[in-house]
Amino acid sequence: MKTLAAAFLSLLTRDLTLALRRRQDALVVLGFFVVVVSLFPLGVGPDPQLLRSMAPGVLWVSALLATLLSLERLFSEDGRDGTLEQLLLSPWPLPLLVLAKVLAHWLVTGLPLALVSPLLGLQLGLEPGEMGVLLMALLLGTPVLSLVGGIGAALTLGLRSGGVLIALLILPLYVPALVLGAGAVDAALYATSPGAHLSLLGALLLLTLLLAPWATAAALRIMLD
Amino acid sequence: MAARQTRWLRFSSPPRFYDLAGRLAPGFAVLAGLCFIAGLYTALVQAPPDYRQGESYRILFIHVPAAWISMFLYVLMAGYAAIGLVWRIRTAEVMAKAMAPTGALFTFLALWTGALWGRPTWGAYWVWDARLTSELILLFLYLGFIALHAAIEDRQRAANAGAVLALAGVVNVPVIYFSVTWWNTLHQGVTIRVTSAPSMDAVMVLALALMTLACWMYAIAVVLWRARLELLEREWRSDWVAQRLGGGT
Repeated sequence: MKTLAAAFLSLLTRDLTLALRRRQDALVVLGFFVVVVSLFPLGVGPDPQLLRSMAPGVLWVSALLATLLSLERLFSEDGRDGTLEQLLLSPWPLPLLVLAKVLAHWLVTGLPLALVSPLLGLQLGLEPGEMGVLLMALLLGTPVLSLVGGIGAALTLGLRSGGVLIALLILPLYVPALVLGAGAVDAALYATSPGAHLSLLGALLLLTLLLAPWATAAALRIMLD
Repeated sequence: MAARQTRWLRFSSPPRFYDLAGRLAPGFAVLAGLCFIAGLYTALVQAPPDYRQGESYRILFIHVPAAWISMFLYVLMAGYAAIGLVWRIRTAEVMAKAMAPTGALFTFLALWTGALWGRPTWGAYWVWDARLTSELILLFLYLGFIALHAAIEDRQRAANAGAVLALAGVVNVPVIYFSVTWWNTLHQGVTIRVTSAPSMDAVMVLALALMTLACWMYAIAVVLWRARLELLEREWRSDWVAQRLGGGT
């Protein structure tokens, strides 16, 4: 069992090291998130009340799009240089290896998105308490986005139109996370408890954690067949 | 038990399925035509106008079957896709692929007729009602499945990848429906709901049943035809296709 954990950890550190060596990839995603959120006030006008009520949806949809932007890289480079085939051939269970890669992806993209979101919430006029809920919701929700996105990234591996296709495949599956995540902040906005939303978001995370790595592993086996 | 199983599995062989579907499809098409004529007559002529909605309610006779079939077909499609993925049965894969366009068509039809019905009844073509929204997301799921099939050139790989997507979708459908209902009730204080009529006239029930049957027969006929063509395209190199199309090589 020790070696299983070692395989998981070594793949995780490898992916993290690669990401840290090329920081601009992660920073571009973060920059995209910030720019998209900042464009909304320019589009709908500077009315603070309107911006405040739109803030949960704007922040969540932007986080969704930013994650989508980063998904294509999840497997494509490893697929090109043959690393993925070696992972498939390795004796370790593939869903576990997938989980390591997805975790690395989340640490590099989802986590920074969540951490920077209170700053953007400030821009849109959220109160400190609401920003706490926003942070919580994004911390629970962005792993779901990475996990479900992994299925899409695996299914479009090596396809010419992969980048566009992945949006059509994955965005409908993001609906529950969007509804619950934005709903939690909305609930805080209207001074009701966001507890129910956050609990359901946590349940969704557990469910995805259980199922998505298997689906991603199956998709990888199919596409690299 | 074993004998019965093998007898059913016979139809999973492509030539047998091709022949059987070729014999069944016209029958279903004729049934669909008859049911449509009877159903439309009952729905448009015999059924009385609704005391609240007047004549506009009659669009429900196509709307309700379309919505029902659109959801049922997705589950059926995922079922066939799962069978194809697990037991490597090619005819099941072909059936799953053949169902997607019909399912998407019925989803679109349900949305379209719903909009036409909503205008006089709710005063708006589109309301972000939970059912409408989940039906719209269902349409996106169908389109994603079709697009994935179209994007992968290798048919076997496309079928397997599509199966994984359909299964991911079918796990998500209840979650989506639940979350959208949750979202709707929280966002809007008062939601406009499709209030179920206290009691439907017997003629209306008959018309609805006939139209539902007609839509089902149509769906089955079209899916079988499309599956036959798909099977021919997939297996055009094999002997049985040459035998049946008469163009020996």
